[in-house]
Amino acid sequence: MTDGYGGFADNDDAGDFDAPPSTIMLPGGGIDLATRLGSTLLPNPVTTASGCAGYGKELAKFFEPAAIGAVVTKTIMPYPRSGRATPRMAETPSGMLNSIGLQGPGIDAFVERDLPWLAARGGRTIVSIAGGHVDDFVALTERLKGAPGVVGIEANISCPNVANRGQVFACNPATSYDVIRAVRDAADPLVPVLAKLSPDVTSIVDIARACVEAGADGLSMINTLLGMVIDTDTMKPVLAGVTGGLSGPAVRPVAVRCVHQVHAAMLDGQMARVPIVGMGGIRTGLDALEFILAGAAAVSVGTVIFNDPSAPVRILDELRAALIARGFGSLEAAIGYAHR
Amino acid sequence: MALPLQVQAEIVGREPAGAYHRMVLRAPGIAARVEPGHFVAVAIGGADSAMLLRRAFSIHRADPAAETIDVVFAEAGRGTRELARLRVGDSVNVVAPLGTPFPLPAEPVSAVMVAGGYGSAPMFALAEKIVADGGSVAFVLGAATAERLYGVDQALAITEDVVVTTDDGSEGVRGFVTGPLPEVLTAVQAGVVYACGPMGMLRAVTEVATEHDARVFTAVEESMACGVGVCMTCVLPVVGDDGVSRFVRSCVDGPCFDGTKVRWDDAGTIPADIEGAAAMGAH
Repeated sequence: MTDGYGGFADNDDAGDFDAPPSTIMLPGGGIDLATRLGSTLLPNPVTTASGCAGYGKELAKFFEPAAIGAVVTKTIMPYPRSGRATPRMAETPSGMLNSIGLQGPGIDAFVERDLPWLAARGGRTIVSIAGGHVDDFVALTERLKGAPGVVGIEANISCPNVANRGQVFACNPATSYDVIRAVRDAADPLVPVLAKLSPDVTSIVDIARACVEAGADGLSMINTLLGMVIDTDTMKPVLAGVTGGLSGPAVRPVAVRCVHQVHAAMLDGQMARVPIVGMGGIRTGLDALEFILAGAAAVSVGTVIFNDPSAPVRILDELRAALIARGFGSLEAAIGYAHR
Repeated sequence: MALPLQVQAEIVGREPAGAYHRMVLRAPGIAARVEPGHFVAVAIGGADSAMLLRRAFSIHRADPAAETIDVVFAEAGRGTRELARLRVGDSVNVVAPLGTPFPLPAEPVSAVMVAGGYGSAPMFALAEKIVADGGSVAFVLGAATAERLYGVDQALAITEDVVVTTDDGSEGVRGFVTGPLPEVLTAVQAGVVYACGPMGMLRAVTEVATEHDARVFTAVEESMACGVGVCMTCVLPVVGDDGVSRFVRSCVDGPCFDGTKVRWDDAGTIPADIEGAAAMGAH
């Protein structure tokens, strides 16, 4: 490919791998891509990363929400929230900084307007929620009980664009535990609860373990890394919010490391084994495969959607082909395969 | 609303245009959907490019018969420098048409088109449409210098009522577009003003138009990350039909806004009365 979108972006070294024993192939040359997040079975592992797909509607002009595993919504808070002042964005090498500040309509408008739209379109929705206090998370979770199309709740305990940035819940095992425990207790028992973790911590394994002990059915890794850019003409920070979250392919090695570390801790018996949703700069099917080999059971496509709005379905096709090319009979067989 | 398409577009024309570049793209399926004020989001580099964010350009012309759209751009940074290197025969990935176009008058009207620099790009197709519908148009085109004007010849091909301003007086009247604007509005008894350019200009044009009882529609030039309504980076404080101010997305709710609804002075701040401002203090 020269500069094409919608094909294999970088498959030069396909074939140069240590092929696993082949398992059952499905008819038609397809393979079983289904994956389980707690009690939810997704038909395939590709989801959108929170904050990069709105509530599904805008991207439906480019692909059917039902075609991917799930839409993870932009984070919902209890009340309408304006978000930060502009400029909110800066492009960085192979990535970007954002400082949106969780702009959103609040849970009521979301439940009345956005969620039914996605459900009617056949989309499976994982609702990302955040609040300033444990009580906010509980109220949001209760409001989602019985709401249509909700197949999971992702507790965003790690957004860096909040007032006491850096001091998010996910920086501390005890505060992470408290939020996740409260959300798990309040949620519909059949709806899995995922904890979204920050890479900006001394030991992500400790945070992950606390969340799993609190009842998390899965872990979403990773949120953005806190960063900043200074404009050398104005000699001031580019972002109105001064700092922002770094995302995109630039952070991918950090994200793969986090997933690998936590999956290794699960294999070592340091914590119970739960599915990991891996994310951070996934641009191609091979990038998604990297996360799966590291231990992710599902992946989220985020910033790359800004570059290629149909990226989630393209990546799903590329991932399927990459798994088949490597002789995997199912997605499940590839999960954590780098740990052998 | 026209659905956007994402296609690989071939560059079929390239030419310098004063201080700018004009680029013609063969983009199957797109031209027929374009209305004046729509924009195109162009990817920079290929599938491995380190520049992830598309660059947004208002569509200058769309030719459904030839399946082409064209854009005018200034070489202003990394991304546009990369675009300027492309030659006829190269291709770029585009998403278009995007955004809310200029609202067209329901009846024949006297319209004044005001633009700064290459902000004039979408104005010529719009003016032709207004004239074809039985209306009349005048232009006030301004720029810092003569070479930074764009499309004076195209304006003159549509109407003889063309006023040019430059900051340095190198062509036309010295000063800003708002200098001659009141006189033009009065002379043509303008019912509507269409404007595109930097925020300060749009604010000033809105004021002058309002003083002359003319409607005013402005196309903003906000920096965008996605162009399709999901990233929330291109927001502006705008007063809604219900009287409530919200941060709205320039890429889907704009880029063409009723100028009197945009809170120009509050851009870049969080106005205390904007919806959801109270929630920002809590955490």
